[in-house]
Amino acid sequence: MSTATTTETRELAPVSAESLAALLVAKERPPRPSAWSASLTFGWRAVLKIKHVPEQLFDVTAFPIMMVLMYTYLFGGALAGSPKEYIQFLLPGILVMSVVMITMYTGVSVNTDIEKGVFDRFRSLPIWRPSTMVGYLLGDALRYAIASVVMLTVGIVLGYRPDGGPVGVIAGIALLIVFSFAFSWIWTMFGLMLRTEKSVMGVSMMVIFPLTFLSNVFVDPRTMPGWLQAFVNNSPVTHLASAVRGLMAGDWPADEIAWTLGWAALFLLVFGPITMRLYNRK
Amino acid sequence: MSQHTAGLAIETVGLVKTFGETRAVDGVDLAVPTGTVYGVLGPNGAGKTTTVKMLATLLRPDGGEARVFGHDVVREADDVRGRVSLTGQYASVDEDLTGTENLVLLGRLLGHDKKAARERAAQLLEAFGLTEAAGRQIKNYSGGMRRRIDIAASILNTPDLLFLDEPTTGLDPRSRNQVWDIVRAVVAQGTTVLLTTQYLDEADQLASRIAVIDRGKVIAEGTKGELKASVGAGSVHLRLRDAEQRPEAAEVLRQTLGARVQLEPDPVALTARLGTSASDDTAAGQAARALGELARSGITVDNFSLGQPSLDEVFLALTGHDTQASQAATATTASKDEVAA
Repeated sequence: MSTATTTETRELAPVSAESLAALLVAKERPPRPSAWSASLTFGWRAVLKIKHVPEQLFDVTAFPIMMVLMYTYLFGGALAGSPKEYIQFLLPGILVMSVVMITMYTGVSVNTDIEKGVFDRFRSLPIWRPSTMVGYLLGDALRYAIASVVMLTVGIVLGYRPDGGPVGVIAGIALLIVFSFAFSWIWTMFGLMLRTEKSVMGVSMMVIFPLTFLSNVFVDPRTMPGWLQAFVNNSPVTHLASAVRGLMAGDWPADEIAWTLGWAALFLLVFGPITMRLYNRK
Repeated sequence: MSQHTAGLAIETVGLVKTFGETRAVDGVDLAVPTGTVYGVLGPNGAGKTTTVKMLATLLRPDGGEARVFGHDVVREADDVRGRVSLTGQYASVDEDLTGTENLVLLGRLLGHDKKAARERAAQLLEAFGLTEAAGRQIKNYSGGMRRRIDIAASILNTPDLLFLDEPTTGLDPRSRNQVWDIVRAVVAQGTTVLLTTQYLDEADQLASRIAVIDRGKVIAEGTKGELKASVGAGSVHLRLRDAEQRPEAAEVLRQTLGARVQLEPDPVALTARLGTSASDDTAAGQAARALGELARSGITVDNFSLGQPSLDEVFLALTGHDTQASQAATATTASKDEVAA
């Protein structure tokens, strides 16, 4: 056995029967927490995990920076004349793309977590059932916010100047986070449905790549063939990218916002109940 | 099951759970009185954990009914959850969080405000001798510490019913004794405990009633005494002064008690297994008679002891195979053992 284990065993103080008995006498139970309070507590758990394993912020810091730099300089000259011109168009789009891509890690963390014993405890608690999942997504919302701030900072350094000012930028990010929250229920579903982390990752890639690339994030869809335009123009990512682009540019693209929120509601209403069904049956 | 029987913490009738072709739990009937430790004893793969998971509302039964304090585990799952706590076979705490964080998290989920949750967490860590480890992540805890924090998490709110699923599997003897002490303290305060175990001495130490479960079925149920009595009254171990007198002593024991006599490897030792059918005598009475006869025959007995039948013997007698054989059978999904049937 390792030295560490022996030390721990020796350090272990005896269990105090009297203080244990004193604790057990207290039979009164506080009222159950509200749905919101339970969800927030699970959100706090997600934040604690970030605190203990800060490396997991890699995907919301380094990855987005890489995305901005790569696509700005790769396509900038060819598509818009110069990277500086292109970033005015690209940044809101690449922000949407990166954050929507990051959402897929939710599925992976749900999948690895669900196999652990702690999930049995959560599931045996008298709390609002979806709060465990909502907690994940609240923690993830924080990650999306971090990614957004990181990307905006890089963008501004590279010359991005949003006409919408702080209000437009914040409104754009808020819409993006709301959409991502709703969209993530697809991943909680896959996280509970699929057996291994690898399969979750594989399926997520299959969904996320076509969905994000076949959109108006990089280029105007007018140059695409008709059948592709039909897909791209109706993709939720296109609506979201247009809405965020508009908000950050200081417009109020009501149609695109409505479409985005409509899609968000659809994702939530379809995949939320499926997730909860799987969760209860697990 | 029509109505809840007063005084019962758990009632199940014909509980069934199947996984594909396997009937993991195959018609289990249990009646667990409140305020006691009820042992569910069986080898690996007997269906113990599956039964506990159904009772703790984590798995839906495929057949039969189960009630916890009169609440149906499927239709009134939420009422059941409000009164039970579960300590699973694997640590039911978050490995990435510290001891304090885990307890505060669960305290908040049980409805305590921030301050109360922190206080309760600190008190529990203190009582469980974990104060020093409070700020460390659970993944750095030893096996014994994990078990403690796990049980601490289960009694954040004193539960009416505590499920302990193999609480000492993989622990060293000292940590095991400490867990037993904790279980005794919890029961002393009125909590009912359903304990699953594959260790016969654990059930023997803690439980007042025991259900022996094998291949998804309850094959025997009763108090420890009843189960042991079913395989005989016990045994008398003797050590003689003179090894040469052993054959004679064995003969005397056979005649007086009608017992099976076993000669031990030690040339002066022998054991007589007392049967229940021999007489109405208690084991002690039979032993006294035997000692008297031996003295009259001029055989000097240096030392004698009275042994209760162990639950190992009980298991063997009930199933016709020992616990190892049962595990092997489960693993290979062999057809039913003739002796068992």
